[in-house]
Amino acid sequence: MGCWYTVCCTDCPCFRRIKNKKHVHIFLSIRDCRVVKGLALNRMLGYWKLIKIANGEVPMKKLLKLFTVSAACMALMFSLYACGEAPQEKKAEEPAKIDEAVAPTEEAKTVKAGFVYVSPVGDAGYSYAHDLGRKTVDGLDFVTSAFVESVPEGADSERVIRNMARKGFDIIFTTSFGYMDPTIKVAKEFPDTKFMHCSGFKKAENVNNYFGRIYQSRYLTGLVAGAMTKSNKLGYVAAFPIPEVIRGINAFAVGVRQMNPDAEVRVVWTKTWYDPALEKDAAKSLLDAGCDVIAQHQDSPAPQEAAQEAGAYCIGYNSDMSSFAPKAHLTSAIWNWGPMYTKTVEAVRDGSWEGNQSLWWSMQDGVVDIAPMGPMVPEDVKNAVMAKRDELRNGNDICFVGPIKDQNGEIKIAAGEKATDEQLHDMMWFVEGVVGTVN
Amino acid sequence: MPLTIIKRDEPWKWGALVIFLGALLFCLAVSAALLAGQGKDALHGLYVLWLGSFGNLWALEGALLKAIPLFLCSLGVAVAFRMQIWNIGAEGQFALGAIGATWMSLLFPDLPRLILLPLMFMMAFLLGGIWAFIPAFLKLKLRVNEIISTLMLNYIAILLLDFLVFGVWKDPASFGFPMTPEFTQGAIIPTIGDSRVHWGLLFCLIVGVGLWAFMRFTRLGFELQASGEGARVAKYAKIRYGMLVMFVMFLSGGLAGWAGCVETSAILNRLQPSLMVGYGYTAIVVAWLARLEPLNIAFASFLLAALRVGVENMQLELQIPAAFGVIMEGIILLTVLAGQFFLLYKLERKHSS
Repeated sequence: MGCWYTVCCTDCPCFRRIKNKKHVHIFLSIRDCRVVKGLALNRMLGYWKLIKIANGEVPMKKLLKLFTVSAACMALMFSLYACGEAPQEKKAEEPAKIDEAVAPTEEAKTVKAGFVYVSPVGDAGYSYAHDLGRKTVDGLDFVTSAFVESVPEGADSERVIRNMARKGFDIIFTTSFGYMDPTIKVAKEFPDTKFMHCSGFKKAENVNNYFGRIYQSRYLTGLVAGAMTKSNKLGYVAAFPIPEVIRGINAFAVGVRQMNPDAEVRVVWTKTWYDPALEKDAAKSLLDAGCDVIAQHQDSPAPQEAAQEAGAYCIGYNSDMSSFAPKAHLTSAIWNWGPMYTKTVEAVRDGSWEGNQSLWWSMQDGVVDIAPMGPMVPEDVKNAVMAKRDELRNGNDICFVGPIKDQNGEIKIAAGEKATDEQLHDMMWFVEGVVGTVN
Repeated sequence: MPLTIIKRDEPWKWGALVIFLGALLFCLAVSAALLAGQGKDALHGLYVLWLGSFGNLWALEGALLKAIPLFLCSLGVAVAFRMQIWNIGAEGQFALGAIGATWMSLLFPDLPRLILLPLMFMMAFLLGGIWAFIPAFLKLKLRVNEIISTLMLNYIAILLLDFLVFGVWKDPASFGFPMTPEFTQGAIIPTIGDSRVHWGLLFCLIVGVGLWAFMRFTRLGFELQASGEGARVAKYAKIRYGMLVMFVMFLSGGLAGWAGCVETSAILNRLQPSLMVGYGYTAIVVAWLARLEPLNIAFASFLLAALRVGVENMQLELQIPAAFGVIMEGIILLTVLAGQFFLLYKLERKHSS
């Protein structure tokens, strides 16, 4: 921005510019005056005040001007567009204001359902499974739906949820644990909107929390994995040490050890729900440690790919992951939100929806299941697993039946007893056979 | 006739504005093309974006709220960059600030707001500053490259935060989920009137002006900028370069720490891992976009925040993928950075001599 030596130092190579008054406004570019750099700098400090006076013009003002002008230009542009076109458009849209994304003819739709996802929908994983549920609901003739993906938990999610409530959504599904507090906060402001929060524990007049007993599926996949392992070491790539995940690992380990009492399940925490690269690395570290079956509690199929590359087996999660690792894929613990989401929006339509509930849907409700087992699984194993699956589907929860010991050999669930829902909710310990820590 | 590249005698006066607007237009054009490619009405899409970012009060509120932590982090980053100290660790310093604030709020939950909040801010500044001081010290004593050390410290900071919320600070009432107990009223920055914008905004204003004045009117600030122009020259001029590096890093980290404090206290009301959404990294982008000037930073962080908020609206209305927003941001940044070439150089037709 010019040369300030003009003020303080007559032997500056730029002295020719003294004549150019415009030039004497601000110091900065010392680089341009190489010869006397050091010399001048000494004096520069002394002349600091002098320069300031000589400056006259404050560069900040200029920049302020620039930005005001640019902001004004933008505002003008958009307001022109808004004024020019929006009114006509609004007229056309007025009757269908309920949902602007939908053709104006479909006025009969009565329930507007919103979905907030923590990761991109993509083509596999947790959000994908929820989105399949959304699509089922969207197919009903009285529902319109919309979703926002990749919403970080915390402040951003609060804004997204509030935005949805403001736009007149009747029911909003917030599908990640971290949306719990934001959901509750927004729900207070919009008492007429109904909220369904997935995987948390708080509830309110217009908020239900819901989840599925995915541990039942995990148990079944554990049976398959336990039958297929040769090294007796199984790897488990897990997201966060919270009860939801720990429960799944435990159910998996119980299944594994029923088929193979010598096997152990090694756990690696990634501390993220969605980070394909990290998930893959975690799976690789387990494979390097000698594990030959990789199970996972993540949002992407990256661990599956790692298993296939290493010639090991894998167990998927969320949705059927066979297409990502056809040679390695034994089965997946899968979500099937469609039926219960349908029931929920039907209840909203009929006015029979009730708040203040904690819903924990099971295999009996069809919310959780396992994907078809791969061709490498022997027939007798398939039959044994399907027999257990039938029991679960009939409502007999056989996953955590005592005696079940923790890692220290201490009995946590007494012989003959089943784990209660409280025990499952607070599960912060590993069963025997799991290698790893819960924090 | 062939063109040649010629260095300008003076930087292009209106260049910054022209380049910025050009980048914005270019980005909007590409976005419109992308929208059209997806079979959406491009103009309507841009209108929805406008509505979502500036079109109504809530959108403005959302953008302002998001701009606050960005602004503070960017200021911190910019101060260090001014001196050509490459502090990539705003993310970690942000985390440490949040930890400091939480620590105070858990230690003295019953203090009145007027005492507790300043205490939280102090601790946030201190911890954030110390976190940034480590790489500065290593740089001076062992000549460790600060780019690497600040970046690596980010991961350590985040793991430290995880350790605290998964362990000692975990709320016993949270069913094992990682979060501290909710802050008491005294530890929460109140909102301004009925709006959702909190007083952190005013704080930003004060800090921004203060920093600007510091850089412009104090000898220390001047020395900072002078050292940034050339470390060897500065040493020759008997500026205490080492002291300055440590000071500037401490300041830089402290500012990022304040961002963490504001975000935990005003927005989340507790410490939890979802606090970390990458403000520290976005801050670097903002600082460069703004060419390290405090006022520009205010604009740039607000614009970027508004863009992010607006893209959410587009997602909701048009059901486009979330990656769309990232693409827009990327285009703006790349175009602006590429365009800065023209601030110093110009193309001229070759004169045959």
